[in-house]
Amino acid sequence: MSGIIDFLTTRDWSIWWVGALSTTLQTLALMIVLLLALAFLLLFDRKVWAAVQMRKGPNVVGAFGLLQSFADFFKFVLKEIVIPAGADKTVFLLAPFISFILAFVGWAVVPVGPGLVVSDINVGILYLFAVSSLGVYGIIMGGWASNSKYPFLGSLRSAAQMVSYEVSLGFIIISVLLLVGSMNLTDIVNSQDRGLGIFNWHFIPLFPLFVMFFVSALAETNRPPFDLPEAESELVAGYQVEYSSTPYLLFMIGEYLNIVLMCAMTTILFLGGWHSPIDLPILNAVPVFWFGLKTVFMFFMFAMVKAIVPRYRYDQLMRIGWKLFLPFSIAYLLLVAGALLYIPGAADLFHSWRAG
Amino acid sequence: MTFASLAFYVFAGATIGAGLGVILARNPVHSVLFLITAFISVAGLFVLMGAEYLAMLLVVVYVGAVAVLFLFVVMMLDVDFEELKKGFADYIPLAVILGVVLIVEIGFTVAAWRFTDSAELARQHPSPTAGQVVTDPTGPNNVESLGLILYTDYIHFFQIAGMILLVAMIGAILLTFRERVGIRKQDVTSQVGRKRAEGVEVVSVPTGKGIQG
Repeated sequence: MSGIIDFLTTRDWSIWWVGALSTTLQTLALMIVLLLALAFLLLFDRKVWAAVQMRKGPNVVGAFGLLQSFADFFKFVLKEIVIPAGADKTVFLLAPFISFILAFVGWAVVPVGPGLVVSDINVGILYLFAVSSLGVYGIIMGGWASNSKYPFLGSLRSAAQMVSYEVSLGFIIISVLLLVGSMNLTDIVNSQDRGLGIFNWHFIPLFPLFVMFFVSALAETNRPPFDLPEAESELVAGYQVEYSSTPYLLFMIGEYLNIVLMCAMTTILFLGGWHSPIDLPILNAVPVFWFGLKTVFMFFMFAMVKAIVPRYRYDQLMRIGWKLFLPFSIAYLLLVAGALLYIPGAADLFHSWRAG
Repeated sequence: MTFASLAFYVFAGATIGAGLGVILARNPVHSVLFLITAFISVAGLFVLMGAEYLAMLLVVVYVGAVAVLFLFVVMMLDVDFEELKKGFADYIPLAVILGVVLIVEIGFTVAAWRFTDSAELARQHPSPTAGQVVTDPTGPNNVESLGLILYTDYIHFFQIAGMILLVAMIGAILLTFRERVGIRKQDVTSQVGRKRAEGVEVVSVPTGKGIQG
């Protein structure tokens, strides 16, 4: 066990190719774990909807349908790639790759356990924010390159939607940063460990922001009830209409990986990252357990929202983004900043993790 | 050759290549995509120079917001570029004069260029400071030191910049705002505030008579 942790955390840069090789291997390990986890999360997603709708869900391939995602994978890969005649071929094929790669790139800074992070950079949260704002390019390029009306409308919708919700996401993140005093994701997680377990997590002082972050994350990842870029009742399948087989698979993996990334981001910002809710050493024995559990819980919430809430109308979506979330998040930011400045001891209390 | 210097040449090459792509691409959408590639490569160069905050801000602001709107507009505009290029040759004399003037001006600037001694010293390094950024682990990091300068020595410039942006934003909204009279708007508060008793009524309808009867 400790041997694996050592392999995943140490890099010897004295010889440059050894450093480069171990970094590559660690990145590959993360990617493989993510893809495997994603295969089962997809199944979990479908099982949750099935349970809500009183169906059984996928249950044929493997025991309880456990191998369904792998069967789907082979089906996608073995089909023919259809490229529309009027499409811009390069951009058309580039778009799903960009979606797929960007979804992975964000994970480089996510600390899944103490020290278990590919790149522990100082501006980690800003990096995540930057990468998630790039995600729109895959969709907008795919929609444009398809040279068809529905995909184009879908991509225009998604561009406006994702840019709108980034603004309030940014303000929510700034409020968290004020409580932490650092942009490093490891610091953000450690700042929620001040000895009281679950009561130190940021979702308690920032509960309205936690809810707003969750809703904004739904909009940012084009999940129902905000899946207007691919609203099948109006746009057939939005930006994905013309995609088939492997390119479609890449789009779908990218989309789901972004959702899991958003869940991980919620876990890190508000739910105390890898720390257990009760501060006992025995509960923290398995390194990635709590992080995984919290992320899966957030994913469960995403799945439940999809199963329960009907789709929003586009103007309602924009109204929530600009007229509710933006003013509320700015007001809460001012509140947090004012409280830290004028309540004696408040700033010291929240920044006390630095001393330890 | 260290890993950092290899990365520098990759990013620098990508920046120049993408920059050329911006002006050489025939399709305007491809031009914008090349522009985005150039932005990202420059962000990579910033990271190599140790200015990670600036790099991330470049990606968030320019790539994440400005370039998206750029792409948005270019895709929406259905410009016939063949039509635009028809009278292109008529302007060649003017273009040549402008080009020559510009080249001469740039020539003068470069000829009068002086390097300071510290710059000469910096050039002695085998590669640009790539990967050799030595930061004091206990001191303020990149973001903190930026904040320490920006909110103290340069606070007035910072606030003036903020005011200009605010005025520009209000101006843009005012320019595109038009008041439309006589349209019906959705009042979400009254919709949400509606009670069940106002909306639903349970009646038992006698067979053959209907509600009216």
